[in-house]
Amino acid sequence: MTPVGLLIVSHSARLAEGVVEVAAQMGEGVPLVAAGGTDDGGVGTSFEKVMDGIVAADTGEGVVVLTDLGSAVMTAESVLEFLDDEQRARVRIADAALVEGSVAAAVASRAGAGLDGVVRAAEEAVRGAEAEEPPEISEPSESAVLTLKNPLGLHARPSAVLAGRLSAYDVQVTVNGVDGQSVMALMALGAGQGQQLVVEAAGPDAAKAVRFVTAQVEAGFGEL
Amino acid sequence: MAGPDGRLDGAWAERWLRESARVIAEHREELIDLDRAIGDGDHGENMDRGFKAIVAKLDDESPDSVAAALKMAAMMLMSKVGGAAGPLYGTAYLRASTAVADSDALDGQAVAAMLAAGRDGIVARGKAQSGDKTMVDAWTPAAEAAVTADPADGVAALVAAADAAETGAEATKPLVARKGRASYLGERSAGHLDPGAVSSALILRAAVTAAESGSGAGGPGAGA
Repeated sequence: MTPVGLLIVSHSARLAEGVVEVAAQMGEGVPLVAAGGTDDGGVGTSFEKVMDGIVAADTGEGVVVLTDLGSAVMTAESVLEFLDDEQRARVRIADAALVEGSVAAAVASRAGAGLDGVVRAAEEAVRGAEAEEPPEISEPSESAVLTLKNPLGLHARPSAVLAGRLSAYDVQVTVNGVDGQSVMALMALGAGQGQQLVVEAAGPDAAKAVRFVTAQVEAGFGEL
Repeated sequence: MAGPDGRLDGAWAERWLRESARVIAEHREELIDLDRAIGDGDHGENMDRGFKAIVAKLDDESPDSVAAALKMAAMMLMSKVGGAAGPLYGTAYLRASTAVADSDALDGQAVAAMLAAGRDGIVARGKAQSGDKTMVDAWTPAAEAAVTADPADGVAALVAAADAAETGAEATKPLVARKGRASYLGERSAGHLDPGAVSSALILRAAVTAAESGSGAGGPGAGA
């Protein structure tokens, strides 16, 4: 699966490159592009660097843009105004804290989350998953009780794997009562090895979603 | 096809941009000082760089209509300014260009439509309102005043707009900034003119100067 690309727009070239450096540790294989500073190396944002950066970061799965200060947002929005409709539909500007959001987005992208899932991971990174209401599931059509086998439990990577794939499904799903489509909510469970996970799902893809979670947990998320 | 003196056609638009560049360069230090008081101090330098790039472009090729001139200015400002003023002015010129796309020469009504579109572009991009101590405080009264002028008389609409923009810019002095980096200063932003409102007033006054100077002061291509 091709990962969603990330474009880091900052007023400083060094800051943008630094954020890319940090996010790259968690986002192996994710296209990470820095667009920092003005064309002549000053402090500011460059329309052309952002335009070129979107093209460079787009693998066809789309690009999530993360920004620092307000004028970086405005520059990014101006670039979007110039893109054709098809390109523009694949670009999202995340309303996220730059560093935390970029790392969370890199993790989600690497785990295979689609465009919406990556944006959501970025935006939740600081706003906090606690603020997110879990989906209302009055009558789950599918459910499973699973035991975590992998030594590190439900840490960042497995959380991103689950949330990433589940956000691509048409499903309402909870894991131990929290939103299964939210990386941050799953991580916040702090579930360790040996702990039970109760998965409940409703909606057209409910069976597929529960099968996917079951398979991942039983395989120890590939960490066994 | 250069019209008679004072005709608001492509030649006028070129004179307007050249005159804007001249007054921005002349007031560069003043804008830097204003921005240093409540912002990051780069407004004068950034605007000067943007308008110098416009002049360099005009030396290469003369736009054949008001819309073409404004669109070219939009592209150059977005690419070269670097700060918030780039996307803000860029969006203003771009939307203004669209508003006068069908006009060979602007009457009062077309000037009003052009200024209203520019103002709406700034509001959309910066999400500021009147009273936030931004360039909107110059553009909104300018756009409103242009409507009250003789709809047949383009120059009268420009004069009304420039007068109102200067009054509006002056009125930003006691305001507390609610947008952009000046908003970080809170109450300390009061007592200083907003640099964006001041540069907007300068640019709108330059439009009047360009109209009154006829074709003589234009650059290559402005005359017969």
